[in-house]
Amino acid sequence: MTDGNGTTTETYERHDFDVIVIGAGGAGLRAAIAAREEGMRTAIVCKSLFGKAHTVMAEGGAAAALGNVNPKDNWKVHFRDTMRGGKFLNNYRMAELHAKEAPQRVWELETYGALFDRTKDGRISQRNFGGHEYPRLAHVGDRTGLELIRTLQQKIVSLQQEDFRETGDYESRIKVFAECTVTELIKDGDRISGAFGYWRENGRFLVFSAPAVILATGGIGKSFKVTSNSWEYTGDGHALALRAGASLINMEFVQFHPTGMVSPPSVKGILVTESVRGDGGVLKNSEGERFMFNYIPDVFKAQYATSAEEADKWYTDPDNNRRPPELLPRDEVARAINSEVKAGRGSPSGGVFLDIASRLPAAEIQRKLPSMYHQFKELADVDITAEPMEVGPTCHYVMGGVEVDADTQQSRVPGLYAAGEVSGGMHGSNRLGGNSLSDLLVFGMRAGVAAAQYVGSLGGTRPAVSEETVAAATEAALAPFAIQGGENAFTIQQDLQQSMNDLVGIIRKAEEVEQALLTLQDLRGRVAKVSVAGGRVFNPGWHLALDLRNMLLVSECVAKAALERTESRGGHTRDDHPAMESEWRKINLVLSLTSTGRLEDETVGLERQPVPTMPTELLQLFEWGELSKYMTPEELEGLPGATKMAPLPESEGA
Amino acid sequence: MGYDHHFRVWRGDDTGGELDDFSVEVNDGEVVLDIIHRLQATQAPDLAVRWNCKAGKCGSCSAEVNGKPRLMCMTRMSTFDKDEVVTVTPIRTFPVIRDLVTDVSYNYEKAREIPSFVPPADLAPGEYRMQQVDVERSQEFRKCIECFMCNNVCHVIRDHEENKEQFAGPRYLMRVAELDMHPLDQADRQHEAQEQHGLGMCNITKCCTEVCPEHIKITDNALIPMKERVVDRRYDPLVWLGNKILRRTPDRDRSSTTD
Ligand SMILES: Cc1cc2nc3c(=O)[nH]c(=O)nc-3n(C[C@H](O)[C@H](O)[C@H](O)COP(=O)(O)OP(=O)(O)OC[C@H]3O[C@@H](n4cnc5c(N)ncnc54)[C@H](O)[C@@H]3O)c2cc1C
Ligand code: SF4
Ligand code: SF4
Ligand code: FES
Repeated sequence: MTDGNGTTTETYERHDFDVIVIGAGGAGLRAAIAAREEGMRTAIVCKSLFGKAHTVMAEGGAAAALGNVNPKDNWKVHFRDTMRGGKFLNNYRMAELHAKEAPQRVWELETYGALFDRTKDGRISQRNFGGHEYPRLAHVGDRTGLELIRTLQQKIVSLQQEDFRETGDYESRIKVFAECTVTELIKDGDRISGAFGYWRENGRFLVFSAPAVILATGGIGKSFKVTSNSWEYTGDGHALALRAGASLINMEFVQFHPTGMVSPPSVKGILVTESVRGDGGVLKNSEGERFMFNYIPDVFKAQYATSAEEADKWYTDPDNNRRPPELLPRDEVARAINSEVKAGRGSPSGGVFLDIASRLPAAEIQRKLPSMYHQFKELADVDITAEPMEVGPTCHYVMGGVEVDADTQQSRVPGLYAAGEVSGGMHGSNRLGGNSLSDLLVFGMRAGVAAAQYVGSLGGTRPAVSEETVAAATEAALAPFAIQGGENAFTIQQDLQQSMNDLVGIIRKAEEVEQALLTLQDLRGRVAKVSVAGGRVFNPGWHLALDLRNMLLVSECVAKAALERTESRGGHTRDDHPAMESEWRKINLVLSLTSTGRLEDETVGLERQPVPTMPTELLQLFEWGELSKYMTPEELEGLPGATKMAPLPESEGA
Repeated sequence: MGYDHHFRVWRGDDTGGELDDFSVEVNDGEVVLDIIHRLQATQAPDLAVRWNCKAGKCGSCSAEVNGKPRLMCMTRMSTFDKDEVVTVTPIRTFPVIRDLVTDVSYNYEKAREIPSFVPPADLAPGEYRMQQVDVERSQEFRKCIECFMCNNVCHVIRDHEENKEQFAGPRYLMRVAELDMHPLDQADRQHEAQEQHGLGMCNITKCCTEVCPEHIKITDNALIPMKERVVDRRYDPLVWLGNKILRRTPDRDRSSTTD
């Protein structure tokens, strides 16, 4: 299966760098800034135009315990909230670093020129969000992601201007390769030596040679039919890592955001920010009932209000009232909505009602939630200041990702790093809103610094890119052109999305997941035979044909892990195993490729691996009573000084 | 519910092209981008188009719909009569790559020519204090999603390739205003816009403001205030003299004030 002209005639551009960052969202840009500041010649490669990565869409804010709105907030409270949100499956060290370093990373953005909304005394304002004990999300209205990505983009430009003054060339130290897709990572022995990709604009190939590659490619949501994610989210980084010999963890945990638009059909899945609830919005069923009070799980009983009166008082007096249950972690709210709809109490278009109109004056809604106002007005003819929205769950975020070292973000493969949504562990079984933007900054920077140190440690001996690997990558990329009369990639994508949505969606059962695995097997055969119309110049059909291979591989990882985990926790709900089991809390499911080669020959293997145990000083941040809901009796017994861990008084904000 | 609509889409590349006719299904609530995607999935799998968010947030899907610059993802099909032909063509001011995709590198080059934010040297991260009212002016401009439609309609460059060199376009003139109004920016930007980015070529037609999907008042809030300040300084003989004397080389070296 070679290109008609033979692949040997194919030419390619070659670029030598110290560090290649794949991805220009928050994680990639922060990593590139760090690598450049460490003196590395750095390339940023991304599939879209510069400044259009997924991060641009983030609305609500970036979580950091700045303590600007409630001075009681600090890293310990943030750490606790993150672990609770992830149902204690998180990599504790990542959660700890994240909580400690997020404030510094957010403040740093101001030195790059960011303009967050302010408190009365001129500091960065912070808003409430689900699962966060105190107002914690630094934000700019409901367009925080735009501010974040633009700020980082402008910082990159300022570094390029610095380099221009010094060298006369803007791109002497950081070069952006926009609309360029990486299809393979290249290795020399067991170490990374570069990457292979194509220009979307003209279909020509490029080879990057570099000893370090940082994956910052974001998520996998495009494998599901109803999603808030864009065409870019085909799980490329996850798949590239697997094929390079790295491992993925926690892939069974996929976050379904409780509030996506449901109507009209063409906008189904588009996100309705959690800020609507953070700012006072409530969820109601078709009977007008504020149903979330019926869905407070045991582990959260202590922190959430049981009556509307108490919940409403919390907005003005959070110290003496418990939080409204609309602000439970996302997995809880999404399941609750799903149950209401199933029970026949849904809205006309199959969601529930989200009401902010009766809760805030119209002018305030327009000021606090301008893009939501705009979005509903323009896309659904709904005026959110006058009537409720209809909302339902939408696939939003993948907790699972490349298994990395907590401090350096290095994967199992020397020279390969991962940061942001493509990495796994930080969020455990469920991510709290706002914890992604901060994650991008904290671990993006760490990955950039660690990659630079690694490159520095190599001295003069750099791993090489061999001609054979380039030839093989070229052949694989051109394969779809050689096939005549095969299927259209778009049809296969729709079938994949439908299967994942129906069979490995928000509520799962063994038989259905098994069915999904069979379907995926079948789709593999179809993808191998996909054919492409047209040429190589900006051809979306070809691009998708290549992305499909990644979508399939990653979907299989999700399904395999979902079948294996016979419990319900966070972003993984098993209808046939509805309980959360302490024994399962100790286990991470790790996926890797056991055989490689052509798509048809790739086999995904699954192993169980212990979740790292929290050291005593972190365990002591929790009440005994709370830990006992998550941990096994043996674990609890084994804790040093367990019996002496007295519960903290409620007022200390446990 | 669905019906068939007559679409014309420009197809071609830098060597030329033509409008192709399609009859394509349209359903309730759909936007132009949905229809383009349906064409890709059913009739023209290699139809080139840019998009990301499908919610008016990323500024990728700019095109001209019946001759007007629009975000395709925010243009509802219900705004057209069922028998009205919908014609979709690429943004005109920038060179075509293929079909609806144009080469927007002009914008990125201009972005790089605007001197960056200069942070106050004496404030550490975390020490910045600004009032909401003071940040709001620049925040308005930071709503920009870089759809480049304002640059596309501005007549200074729309039909005048030769002006592109000297003119940053409304998007990047606005960036200068944004930095100028930033409460803590330390650079002196009084003349930057006028002398290096072509503010003088703007004759405040407001076409840019009219197309901005973010409803940013580019002309009134960014361009005119900058023009007024430039005029104030220019005709003030003292300032004028001072400028002449203190004027540095064209590549005004700002390294003494930066980083
Ligand atoms: C609508 C929406 C709202 C959200 N709101 C919030 C919020 O308020 N707070 C919060 O914390 N989180 C929020 N999130 C989640 C958060 O925005 C994302 O998790 C985060 O932005 C991911 O950032 P990233 O840097 O990991 O990747 P991205 O920003 O997605 O960037 C990925 C980059 O990788 C590139 N790429 C991918 N594959 C390849 C390839 N093969 N070759 C080359 N380049 C490639 C892409 O082009 C892109 O540049 C939201 C998400 C959505 C969808
Ligand atoms: S107001 Fe100025 S910048 Fe805007 S379109 Fe008119 S001439 Fe161009
Ligand atoms: S100012 Fe408005 S029209 Fe111009 S690029 Fe920004 S969002 Fe688009
Ligand atoms: S696709 Fe993002 S603005 Fe249209």
